[in-house]
Amino acid sequence: MKVLVAIKRVVDYNVKVRVKADNSGVDLANVKMSMNPFCEIAVEEAVRLKEKGVATEIVVVAVGPATAQEQLRTALALGADRAILVEAADELNSLAVAKALKAVVDKEQPQLVILGKQAIDSDNNQTGQMLAALTGFAQGTFASKVEVAGDKLNVTREIDGGLQTVALNLPAIVTTDLRLNEPRYASLPNIMKAKKKPLETVTPDALGVTLASTNKTIKVEAPAARSAGIKVKSVAELVEKLKNEAKVI
Amino acid sequence: MTILVVAEHENGAVAPATLNTVAAAAKIGGDIHVLVAGASVGGVAEAAAKIAGVAKVLVADNAAYAHALPENVAPLIVELAKGYSHVLAPATTNGKNILPRVAALLDVDQISEIVSVEAADTFKRPIYAGNAIATVQSSASVKVITVRTTGFDAVAAEGGSAAVEAVAAAHNAGISAFVGEELAKSDRPELTAAKIVVSGGRGMGNGDNFKHLYALADKLGAAVGASRAAVDAGFVPNDMQVGQTGKIVAPQLYIAVGISGAIQHLAGMKDSKVIVAINKDEEAPIFQVADYGLVADLFEAVPELEKLV
Repeated sequence: MKVLVAIKRVVDYNVKVRVKADNSGVDLANVKMSMNPFCEIAVEEAVRLKEKGVATEIVVVAVGPATAQEQLRTALALGADRAILVEAADELNSLAVAKALKAVVDKEQPQLVILGKQAIDSDNNQTGQMLAALTGFAQGTFASKVEVAGDKLNVTREIDGGLQTVALNLPAIVTTDLRLNEPRYASLPNIMKAKKKPLETVTPDALGVTLASTNKTIKVEAPAARSAGIKVKSVAELVEKLKNEAKVI
Repeated sequence: MTILVVAEHENGAVAPATLNTVAAAAKIGGDIHVLVAGASVGGVAEAAAKIAGVAKVLVADNAAYAHALPENVAPLIVELAKGYSHVLAPATTNGKNILPRVAALLDVDQISEIVSVEAADTFKRPIYAGNAIATVQSSASVKVITVRTTGFDAVAAEGGSAAVEAVAAAHNAGISAFVGEELAKSDRPELTAAKIVVSGGRGMGNGDNFKHLYALADKLGAAVGASRAAVDAGFVPNDMQVGQTGKIVAPQLYIAVGISGAIQHLAGMKDSKVIVAINKDEEAPIFQVADYGLVADLFEAVPELEKLV
């Protein structure tokens, strides 16, 4: 089967971001960017499906700025066969991304689409579900295990109280949770080979997609800072403070 | 303005997250209707009708809605949504699973995990693992929103007397099926609703050592959480994870034991009223957010703490 994987370029997860002084957003100038960690897990899962002989081709797609080519090349180095960049402004809303991905799905006709469960910048957790709605496919969100069984897909999902397993008709959408797999690192020879793999760039216009949004960010602020705490010297002092000062036990 | 709240329920009872979501709806203002969708949910609907501030309860009782499969529940909500100004659900795994599907079918953007209501169309939500707070305005005809339950104080579960109305609509997409579930069993309070949370990290060393935390938690009537490091190391199951990608908690007291305090963990607990950190590394970032820090070996400090409380 053909597998489509959507990835996003985001601020590296180790970076502590700063809010801009004019409250228009967070300062992304000269900040290290990487592939969103959940997207790495999505790429890894597709590569493992290919290694098992289940997937025949892996197409990786990003919707975003031209610089997202770096992350697409990373995905190619990890084992994806070819890449598509839908070149658009940065910071699109999830519905716009889902619409662009729907157009790519229509063109590529994959049997399985894998996305991360959320991007660590917007923390939306929407795109996979929205793509499932637009395509009419079944969705297996927060997946910790994915098994192809004939014409069905068994997905074990991480839910609030534990784990749930659902069976989905193919084609289907899966979004990855942290424990689905441990992503591999790209080897140097594979990074070199990835430079020769095909990377196609398209515009939303060419796909017939409009990226209008019903949400507008008015302001971005730093969260309220916690007042500095104190260090206690002993457990007895800690218990005394909790009982008499904070009055929480 | 009329607001539809999608109820979270389990084992025939209304989940506490529903009460926080109704509280968010009350902040927006207008009539509040609650949708209870599921199989054999008559009892849940009766309980939902007693929630303070609820004007009407809609019950969609159909086998297709069992286990809240989004392929079946989303079209139901879409059909009902046309008459509402807002559709709200708690940001639980169910709410996060279903609501974006609803939003896309309505062709509107969703606002995820709001922590405050500024106006009927303007909301605040954390981004970048809680390192920034965005104020977002929606121009959508139906505003589709998930509510971070720790951002709103629960309304009373009793005192209301809403009318209960059955919804006949039956949507069964037939493209997904429930196979089974494995729920973690626990006698302790639920993590997201507990007043006190005791969490362990990689410093616990192994799963067996969590017994020290369980003993302390039982004495305090607390829930037990964990950092991602502890979950990934296999010490405890993943539904105990607190953080950006796990559960978001805001208890009265949060005790972090053997947790360094990575950005991703802080995202899940930094709104706690009082934070206590017990760590032997005095440079650990957790001490920067802790109200009370104790630099000590947790294997000595935790049993002593258990004795003294």
